[in-house]
Amino acid sequence: MTSLSLKDLTKMPVRLASGHRLCAGCAESIIAKQILMGTEDHVIVSGSTGCFEVSTTIFPYTSWNTPYIHTAFGNGAATCAGVETAYAALKRKGKISDTIKFVNFAGDGATYDIGLQALSGAMERGHKMMYVCLNNEAYMNTGIQRSSATGMGASTTTSWAGSMASGKKEFPKDLTAIMVAHNIPYVAQVSPHNWRDTVTKASKGFAADGPSFINAVSPCPRGWRFASEDTISMARLAVETCIWPLYEVVDGQYNLTAESARIADGKAEKKPVLEWIKAQGRFKHLLQDRWEPVVESIQDEVDKRWDKLIRLSKF
Amino acid sequence: MAMDIAINGDNAVALAWKQIDPDVCAAYPITPQTIIVEKFAEYVANGEVTTEFVCVESEHSALTLCTSSESAGARTFTATASQGLAYMWEMLPITAAMRTPLIMAVANRAVSGPININNDHGDAMSARDCGWLMLFAENVQQAYDISIMAPRIAEHHDIQLPCMVNLDGFILTHAIERMTMVDTADVKKFVGDFKPLYPLLDVKHPVSHGNMDGPDFYYPHKCQSAMAMQKAIDVCEEVFADFAKLTGREYHLLDEYRCDDADFVAVILGSSMGTMKATVDILRENGIKAGCLMPRVFRPWPEAAIAKALAGKKAVAVFDKHLSIGAYGPMFPEIVAACSELDKLPKMYNVIYGLGGADATVAGFKKMMEEVAAGGASKITYLGVKM
Repeated sequence: MTSLSLKDLTKMPVRLASGHRLCAGCAESIIAKQILMGTEDHVIVSGSTGCFEVSTTIFPYTSWNTPYIHTAFGNGAATCAGVETAYAALKRKGKISDTIKFVNFAGDGATYDIGLQALSGAMERGHKMMYVCLNNEAYMNTGIQRSSATGMGASTTTSWAGSMASGKKEFPKDLTAIMVAHNIPYVAQVSPHNWRDTVTKASKGFAADGPSFINAVSPCPRGWRFASEDTISMARLAVETCIWPLYEVVDGQYNLTAESARIADGKAEKKPVLEWIKAQGRFKHLLQDRWEPVVESIQDEVDKRWDKLIRLSKF
Repeated sequence: MAMDIAINGDNAVALAWKQIDPDVCAAYPITPQTIIVEKFAEYVANGEVTTEFVCVESEHSALTLCTSSESAGARTFTATASQGLAYMWEMLPITAAMRTPLIMAVANRAVSGPININNDHGDAMSARDCGWLMLFAENVQQAYDISIMAPRIAEHHDIQLPCMVNLDGFILTHAIERMTMVDTADVKKFVGDFKPLYPLLDVKHPVSHGNMDGPDFYYPHKCQSAMAMQKAIDVCEEVFADFAKLTGREYHLLDEYRCDDADFVAVILGSSMGTMKATVDILRENGIKAGCLMPRVFRPWPEAAIAKALAGKKAVAVFDKHLSIGAYGPMFPEIVAACSELDKLPKMYNVIYGLGGADATVAGFKKMMEEVAAGGASKITYLGVKM
């Protein structure tokens, strides 16, 4: 996959048309386009209810140049699995001849929280499908409420920073590890700033003989409070601070990739999380002296998770 | 060859499914439906069907997977009951609004709480506003026959709505009755090939399913579903007529028993129709001109047929195996509405009975209908309840 070139990628079919209603600076369409560049086969897309779904399917329009289905919020994995099952049935009976891939796009609310059961079920059953979490770290579609993917200290509309509170009290759930624990063939974390890494991982996920799961950090200008032109640099910063390490787990084996591999190798700097915190309005209260211990505990947790990832990886 | 067999209701449904051989089946076990999926899984394991069988992790995923499978272009069946149907509830109106004509057997059971595994119609009745076709069986033969007819109605290109095939939990699901099978080749010919509209798997003609509607489209889309449901009245009659040609067994929108010259009519649903027929015979012997009527098709609501059947009656007692707490049983207001344009409205009574498996007996029905005939019944009676 080192031969991936932007020039070749421009020749890929445009499966998600421009003109959708996502916010300026939203990373979700960028990630989705990169993921969909991971296969030249036909792709049927499903979507869990959320920003990406409502913004691309407003009747009587659709942004999708490939078959698309949405049913509800907590069941994206089951929705995708149903199409894949129909494909398996009709292919076996010789009623269809096309080779088709299947992918579900869902936010972190639909993945980490309300849709975890359906996701776990679909992964356990081994449907040949990819599930992509567009992780913007909160319920952005309903107005920036905390999810179990929200970082500690983030002020959201259900975990406000206030005179008595420093924002969200808990660290984010390690959903990627939960997916690894399903022993599926391919699991990865990606960031849209590194298109080569993302497209490469998507192609591995689509090629996997079974379910694959990709967790993508998706910076949200509205929810994270940063300028809409800074989306890609914010995604890069997530990786450089090790808040969002880039890695893949192939048949159980962890491999750090791209910038994360270089940081682990000592070839790139591991930036302090304070840079991450300073860059986003959702954390601005943490710069007050009294919340310094919170910043320290975030750094400690990031270090702890990063060290564990290095122990698990070969690089 | 048409053959008589002894079989319980769940196995009869599974047998119909085997003969139809759907492309996909996804289900989650729940009493008293479980035998259907167990038996069907056995058919799968023994290669007696070509179906992709998916053991999902919940009913929510069962109906989701079936909805998207059907949208993809595969004929898809599922089954549930009670809490399972309740857990599916979010998906029920979505399945209907997406015009996915999948088939679901519902082994009618009381809804918690308190938790109760026995029969009433609380599950199906709580789902009645979701836009599904709903047919009810009185006995095992009917559960089997309706299972064969349902795909023809649901998949009709003018209809394209999902269909619930309701059979009373335990009373029909677990009771062994004598039944006449339809020859498998005849079943396949009768049901025909699935011809999906706009399937997702037609990748050369990409379509989006399940889009978001603003008020300008949501309302008209709901009305389109209502119009399709109205057309289903005619389609049901067509399919019933074709089935009668094949098997000699007649089905109608209403199952009417000794109604023609009756003064007092009991309206009732499901297996209790059999009990009520026996009651009517006794009442007739005692000089009370009683009859009974079951809406075979509950959705679409066969309003015109009901009004015709109840015109000129002195009194109508609507027996409901569910209660909208704070109001009436669900059928009662609909029967009243169906009769509202009659020149003379019969005296209308609502009888709640059999909740959570409480006994529904000839003796209880007889006493109730005697009170109705004597004009002494309350507007709403909680029949047989021991407080």
